[in-house]
Amino acid sequence: MSGLFSSRAWEKIWIYRGTFLLGLCNTVKTAGAALVLSLVLGIIFGLMGSSGKKLPVFLSRIYVEAIQNTPVLLQMCFLYYALAFSGHSQGIIFTGILALGIYTGAYMAEVIRAGIESIPKGQFEAAQAQGFGYFGKMVYIILPQSIKVILPPMVNTIVNMIKNTSCLYIVGGADLLSLTYSFVTGENTGGSYAPAYIVCGAMFFLLCFPLSTLATMWERSLKLRDRKAVV
Amino acid sequence: MNTFANSLSMLRDPAILKFLLTGTMFSLIISVVAVLVSIAYGSVLAMLRNYCVTKVTGVFHWIASIYIELFRNTPLLFWIFICLVFCPSPKFMDRQMFGLSSVNNKLLFKASVALILYTSGVIAEIVRGGLNSVAPGQIEAGKSQGFSMVQIMWYIVLPQAFRAIIPTLLSQVITTIKDSSFLANVAVIELMARTKQILSVANRYNGTNTINVSDVFVLFGSAALIYFVINFTLSMTVRMIQNRRRSTSTVLRAYGGKYEKNIGHASAGRRGKKVILSGD
Repeated sequence: MSGLFSSRAWEKIWIYRGTFLLGLCNTVKTAGAALVLSLVLGIIFGLMGSSGKKLPVFLSRIYVEAIQNTPVLLQMCFLYYALAFSGHSQGIIFTGILALGIYTGAYMAEVIRAGIESIPKGQFEAAQAQGFGYFGKMVYIILPQSIKVILPPMVNTIVNMIKNTSCLYIVGGADLLSLTYSFVTGENTGGSYAPAYIVCGAMFFLLCFPLSTLATMWERSLKLRDRKAVV
Repeated sequence: MNTFANSLSMLRDPAILKFLLTGTMFSLIISVVAVLVSIAYGSVLAMLRNYCVTKVTGVFHWIASIYIELFRNTPLLFWIFICLVFCPSPKFMDRQMFGLSSVNNKLLFKASVALILYTSGVIAEIVRGGLNSVAPGQIEAGKSQGFSMVQIMWYIVLPQAFRAIIPTLLSQVITTIKDSSFLANVAVIELMARTKQILSVANRYNGTNTINVSDVFVLFGSAALIYFVINFTLSMTVRMIQNRRRSTSTVLRAYGGKYEKNIGHASAGRRGKKVILSGD
């Protein structure tokens, strides 16, 4: 812990600030791209899961269960090595985006399915009776009602995904945490453990804390409104 | 196709099989221990955050809140790295145990501490949800009966809170089993790390002198299968508990009103209940 107060260690961090900023940039980039992928997958499989038809429900169940019940680290390793050993290596960030997107997509699908299923059946029937097609029904009737049920858990999922970008470490990592680790263990830069981890932790915290607080507050206000509605 | 058969033959090697299965055992033990310790620790944190609201004890509320938010908003791997450097390891871990060298045991201890610290933050929030679901009247009733705050917690609030959160806690076990794979990053001996180790020497065992893409599929596939079987069993259990609760609560809700009116007609009540249950 002695390094915590030494000005030289902090100075070193300042000189190498580019490393941390690059890491932060990579983490945000990976998380952002994975978010888009996971939303696409989540919407597709969420709609399939709530469609009530046998085959789509079955397919989305397989996807969700298979992904949610295995570690993201294993999926990432699998993807990376499978690509590498078959000679199609795509680079770390791309693998990370793909693996994280697929993993988070399973959670998104569950969130979206639960949101759609929270809408009373009468709404679907009413929309159909008014002559809405499938997409019209979903976009104009169901989505506006379910979005407030969907968003809080979705934000929590996003926070988890940002934290999971640290998985990139196992495949050689370019994200914030991996760069911090190579910084503190590097030959020229090593040693200043405490300051480096504080900077890295603070960056993660500043990314995640506002989001998770937002989700919690949202959820609380929703619950309060529900209670009022019931009373 | 030939290389695939070669890769599959690795799984018939008893040494490799034993290596993987002990890894699975370590994963399970680490996760279960982590969850159990975290439940104890997380409950304390949750109670501190929820009930230390006076001016004097308010400081504990803030400490617990900061701890919980800090650990919930930073990655697990971050804490593993930190614990590797800063966590002291006790004497009794510094020897050969469980068929591991003393270095590995120290590593195991430090990484498990990180897992416990991280999981306790999550579990504290789960327990807090349970505490909030207990009606405040329960605490007041306890106070009026002359219970001390500790007694109220132990005999009245915690039993009810834990009953409410059993399914959530079980799903947290699933998450922790998945999270324990993060320990592979620092080569702690568990399933994920062992799978990676075998892959790196697969050329010696599959008889082709090279590591093929089929090895990746076979090894990671079997590891994924092990994780899946464990976690899927757990998640089915969770779902079963939840369904049973939902059905009892619908029975109570659907029947509650009528039951009080027909309380004299016990047989009618029973028949009515049966109908609703079979309808579920």
